[in-house]
Amino acid sequence: MNYSKLDSRKIKDIFAKRAMFFLCLCILSLTLFIAVGLWHKSAAIFSLVSLKSVIFSTAWRPFSGQFGLGGFIIGTFWVTAIAMLISIPLSVLTAIYLSEYAGRRLRNISEPIIDLLAGISPVVYGVWGVIAIVPLVRNWLMPFFSRRLPFFPFASDNFTGFSVLSAGIVLAVMTFPIIISISKEALKTVPLEIREASLALGATKWQTIKYAVLKKAWPGIIAAVILGLSRAFGETMAVLMVAGCAIGVIPKSIFDAGYPLPALIANTYGEMMSVPLYDAAILLAAFMLLTVTTLFNVIGWGVLLHIHAKES
Amino acid sequence: MKPHISTKNLSVWYGEHHVLNNISIDIPDKKITVIIGPSGCGKTTLLKSFNRLIELQDGVKISGKVLLDGEDIYDPSCDITHLRKKMGLLFQKPQVLPMSIYENVAYGLRIHGTKDKEELDYSVEHYLKEASLWNEVKDRLNTSAWKLSIGQQQRLCLARGMAIEPEVILGDEPTAALDPISAERIEQRFLGLKNKYSIVLVTHILRQARRLADYVIFLYFGNLIEHGPAEAVFNHPKDPRTQAYIDGRFFEEHTS
Repeated sequence: MNYSKLDSRKIKDIFAKRAMFFLCLCILSLTLFIAVGLWHKSAAIFSLVSLKSVIFSTAWRPFSGQFGLGGFIIGTFWVTAIAMLISIPLSVLTAIYLSEYAGRRLRNISEPIIDLLAGISPVVYGVWGVIAIVPLVRNWLMPFFSRRLPFFPFASDNFTGFSVLSAGIVLAVMTFPIIISISKEALKTVPLEIREASLALGATKWQTIKYAVLKKAWPGIIAAVILGLSRAFGETMAVLMVAGCAIGVIPKSIFDAGYPLPALIANTYGEMMSVPLYDAAILLAAFMLLTVTTLFNVIGWGVLLHIHAKES
Repeated sequence: MKPHISTKNLSVWYGEHHVLNNISIDIPDKKITVIIGPSGCGKTTLLKSFNRLIELQDGVKISGKVLLDGEDIYDPSCDITHLRKKMGLLFQKPQVLPMSIYENVAYGLRIHGTKDKEELDYSVEHYLKEASLWNEVKDRLNTSAWKLSIGQQQRLCLARGMAIEPEVILGDEPTAALDPISAERIEQRFLGLKNKYSIVLVTHILRQARRLADYVIFLYFGNLIEHGPAEAVFNHPKDPRTQAYIDGRFFEEHTS
């Protein structure tokens, strides 16, 4: 009697464990299925063109069978680079300020605000970009810079304000929370005693940060930047709304329009599907995006896990 | 006897927690002063109040005065980096900086503006010798300081502290994390250095206190119970609580 009761409890336990393991496996394998599916569907394009020509050619004429993604890759590069140029110094210095200088009250207030920034939907950022950043670029930055500094990378004849700079600024704001919070975590892992040791020698706070704290925290900060980069790289909605997205335009200036890969996919997949191999080309773009962001994420989290393993 | 550091009615709170209560003492010049007392009685706080390192704690409140050579170090006009340059501090666990052995010793000199390579080379060698570490590390000065043993790390910290040419060496249980032989080497260095520096040590090893101390301060739960020359405090303590602590007995706190 007693035994059989125990057995049924045990069976339930084992069953629950197995069932949860199976569900967990389903979700994990989903990533793999997506990657394999994308590759499988996009491989058809290689019957027509080589991988090299897809990546390096900038000729995008689907009707005549030319699928050069180069222009879109360059567009992605522009917006990501601008976003990082703006975001890295601002976010890292903010993280340093909050973790090293700010008082407890400011830290407590700033934390939820930064988290809030991370939770805002991309489409809201996009709208904000259209009503605030695009006019700023159109009415102020573009006239000011392209007239006074008429050379690379400022010279442009795009007066709309929808540009890689606008997209870069919006993306920079979107990457603030991730870079700030992970950099802050990295700075937090540096023991207080290291700071004390440096300060006790008569170093100023800035010297202590520059020579002692950052020396220990930099791998974590690099990881934060890589994860921010990955976010910027794959972001679609906000970029699509402000980058201009004109086919055939290769940006040569921060004020030119650009057409990044994710925007291309979102804008055109599902349309023009009657064009032969069109879907394969778009899916290849998606596959490339997946590969690169996965790579960034693996590197970023790998560095962070390595740091945590060393700490414990 | 001319005091090097004096505290006048020094009280310290961490938030609501009253850690030091109205401490007034004089630390003699060029002597080893040892602060003894049970754990959590405010020894480390007292030590860190001398170079204002307690200010790093959140919610710390300080009243009273700490005088170094007669000057109030908590006065707003006091330059804190200058003050700390006058005090080398050794921690319980050696805190080497994330850089090479050479750079650890040169660090203090560099942050205070020494750029001359020859001068740095000279100082690094000189102070590593002073800390009796030179022979063990002279062939690997550019390797990471993390690779040294704990005992070597603590001597490296001593060399680093001396390299900024302080007047005072503060030690917060500097031998607590070390094996007996390393601990003895550090103790020997303190005895050898006391002609040049005023040394203030926190310890809860009574035998170490007896070996090193010229002057003893006994703290008990934030209160100054007794202080005086080592001879007098150890052999003829005036307060029964000091006597009990020295004898290693427990004693009941008198509640009035």
